[in-house]
Amino acid sequence: MFLDIDYFIFGIMPYIALTVLIVGSIARYERDPFTWKSSSSQLLRRRQLFWGSVLFHVGIITVFGGHLIGLFTPVWILDALGIPYALKQWMAVLLGGTAGIAALIGATLLIHRRVTDPRIWQTTSFADIGILVLIWLQLFIGLGTIFLTLQHMDGAEMVRFMTWSQSVILLNLNAWAMVVDVHWLYKAHIFLGLLITILFPFTRLVHMVSGFTAPFRYLLRPGYQIVRSRRQKALPKHTVQPKAQAHANAAAKPQPAE
Amino acid sequence: MRVRAQIGMVLNLDKCIGCHTCSVTCKNVWTSRDGVEYAWFNNVETKPGTGYPTDWENQDRWKGGWERTKAGKLQPKQGSKWRILSNIFANPSMPEIDDYYEPFDFDYDHLKSAPEMEAFPTARPRSKITGERIQKIEKGPNWEEILGGEFSKRSADYNFDGIQKEIYGEYENTFMMYLPRLCEHCLNPACASSCPSGAIYKREEDGIVLIDQEKCRGWRMCVSGCPYKKIYYNWSSGKSEKCTLCYPRIESGNPTVCSETCVGRIRYLGVMLYDADRIEDAANMESEQDLYDAQLGVFLDPSDPVVIETARADGIPEDWITAAQASPIWKMAMEWKVAFPLHPEYRTLPMVWYIPPLSPIQNAAEAGAIGTREGMPDVKNLRIPVRYLANMLTAGDEAPVVTALERMLAMRSYMRSKTIEGVIDEGIAARVGLSGRVIEDMYKIMALADYEDRFVIPTTHREQVEEAYDLRGGCGFTDSNGCSTGISTGSLFGGAKKPLKMPTEVQ
Repeated sequence: MFLDIDYFIFGIMPYIALTVLIVGSIARYERDPFTWKSSSSQLLRRRQLFWGSVLFHVGIITVFGGHLIGLFTPVWILDALGIPYALKQWMAVLLGGTAGIAALIGATLLIHRRVTDPRIWQTTSFADIGILVLIWLQLFIGLGTIFLTLQHMDGAEMVRFMTWSQSVILLNLNAWAMVVDVHWLYKAHIFLGLLITILFPFTRLVHMVSGFTAPFRYLLRPGYQIVRSRRQKALPKHTVQPKAQAHANAAAKPQPAE
Repeated sequence: MRVRAQIGMVLNLDKCIGCHTCSVTCKNVWTSRDGVEYAWFNNVETKPGTGYPTDWENQDRWKGGWERTKAGKLQPKQGSKWRILSNIFANPSMPEIDDYYEPFDFDYDHLKSAPEMEAFPTARPRSKITGERIQKIEKGPNWEEILGGEFSKRSADYNFDGIQKEIYGEYENTFMMYLPRLCEHCLNPACASSCPSGAIYKREEDGIVLIDQEKCRGWRMCVSGCPYKKIYYNWSSGKSEKCTLCYPRIESGNPTVCSETCVGRIRYLGVMLYDADRIEDAANMESEQDLYDAQLGVFLDPSDPVVIETARADGIPEDWITAAQASPIWKMAMEWKVAFPLHPEYRTLPMVWYIPPLSPIQNAAEAGAIGTREGMPDVKNLRIPVRYLANMLTAGDEAPVVTALERMLAMRSYMRSKTIEGVIDEGIAARVGLSGRVIEDMYKIMALADYEDRFVIPTTHREQVEEAYDLRGGCGFTDSNGCSTGISTGSLFGGAKKPLKMPTEVQ
């Protein structure tokens, strides 16, 4: 039983993947923050990047969010809200399908740019092209599963995957048995997904974390400017104003430089 | 009032000979690495010209700096925070490396390793990015050196705005000047404001603007945000880099490398005290021509007892206040009004200022070719159009530039009269609103420019920053990651490691 491939992929690999993802990311962020970056190549060549990157990112963020919400929303919430499984299935197919196609077109453009442009190719690491090809393959397989899904739009298969993913999180170790008899294309999709999760901390994918947090930090930052001080003792919040100056500054607004 | 101190710089363009020593010494110290071969934290441009990167002054194209919205709000020209975030996948306003130039090197080795052949061996160029042969170098960091290239291309220079420029393409009317440029260490930096990660910051103690390399994620918004195009994306490390004002030198009281090595002695460094509470209002003046005056209003008089008292309360060390009182920057920018900010209309309140250059007219004026006014040449007849300088330094307002040029001419007249004819002519000084004593001070600082007069830099106060006791037995300078550089050559996370080279046993 321990050599069973299904048991490995659905029973063991999720835990390996999550552990590597979390421990690896924390280790990288803590030990080597200088390498935590998006590795943009826009400076070297703008051509194809605009459409490639925008289509890819918008598409894949939608797909990623769809998977997160779709797989990890407990089934009882769907029941409580009275959402029919078939409806959710349709939404997933239509929304995910569109976004998936956008992402696939984007990824294709990006791979083409990376491989054919000498400037980009010479500055590409194995991890850069490797992860891009894996994601392309993952998108391709993911879109392929839509054709299988269209044959059973009642949502039963989908609920099985939902239950399995949630069982993994809830440490129900026998959950793997639920998904052993699904089509091999789904299995390939899950395997690749877990593989990409494992590779996450070792590639440029880590910029996802920053990408999702940057908007919050940026929008919540008061004003625009940042001043850093190295003083051990913080300065008084605001100086007691000498009398002569007090009236001159009565109209002063809070400044942006804080 | 919130008093802060800033190290400012003034460049006396009247004395710049365009030798590029500043650029070369800067490059050797800071950007002789992979990924920033194309980057010149300091570069010298020949003006009129489109500069480096090409057309950098065209903010309709690059969207650098700030703008005042119709509602009277100050926001980056790139747009509000939402707008900047929406460009994160592909920045539409970012220059490509070809807008700077494709970095190249030459096959020097071929000169000595070539086999015997009929033709003399040559060193042909290679791209520093791809390593491939470059057939023809299309651009360089100083492509328009000494008015290189056609006038039609060079005259795309933004500073010709409002000038009938055609006549300056004629040989007899041509003019030129040098413009050394570096990071402006702005009071209202547009780069910092456009960084979604918050990696760019202004240092509280000396105003130097730096990029936290460990926090930078390579979103590239700063590259387009900076109107001076003085933030460079390192294509090898994936991080943005910029001029650091040589902060390790400044901290120890030494001038920056570019200033130290300037053979023309055109660079000045000194402390300016400013009121951080007035920055937003000053940057948000309705009229662009008011911005220069507004920035003058941000600076605080270091001799004013009220300012001194507030500065002390705001934690400015005593020797910094003393340095501010002796600051050459204060004298040139505030007392004599001969130095101006570069493109104040960008609303960044830059802190590297420029003294406009005189052009060769004195002899021609004496020969009667050019009109004189009250014994002095009329600056309106200078070879470099005043409007051109005003477009560069005062958002097009000619009056302050005229005053500055007249004062510099008066300084020459006064000193010539004094040293050659032995006559002290207070009239010359009075005509430009100065006194003989002030002119002699100007002469000492601007013309003689002794080292101690050019650089008045107080050392940093480490005791405010760290406990010396904690540093005892520390590991000195390391390249992050504490004291250990490990023993493996590669890093698990893709960064190149440069382990310390340790002595090995002699076999």
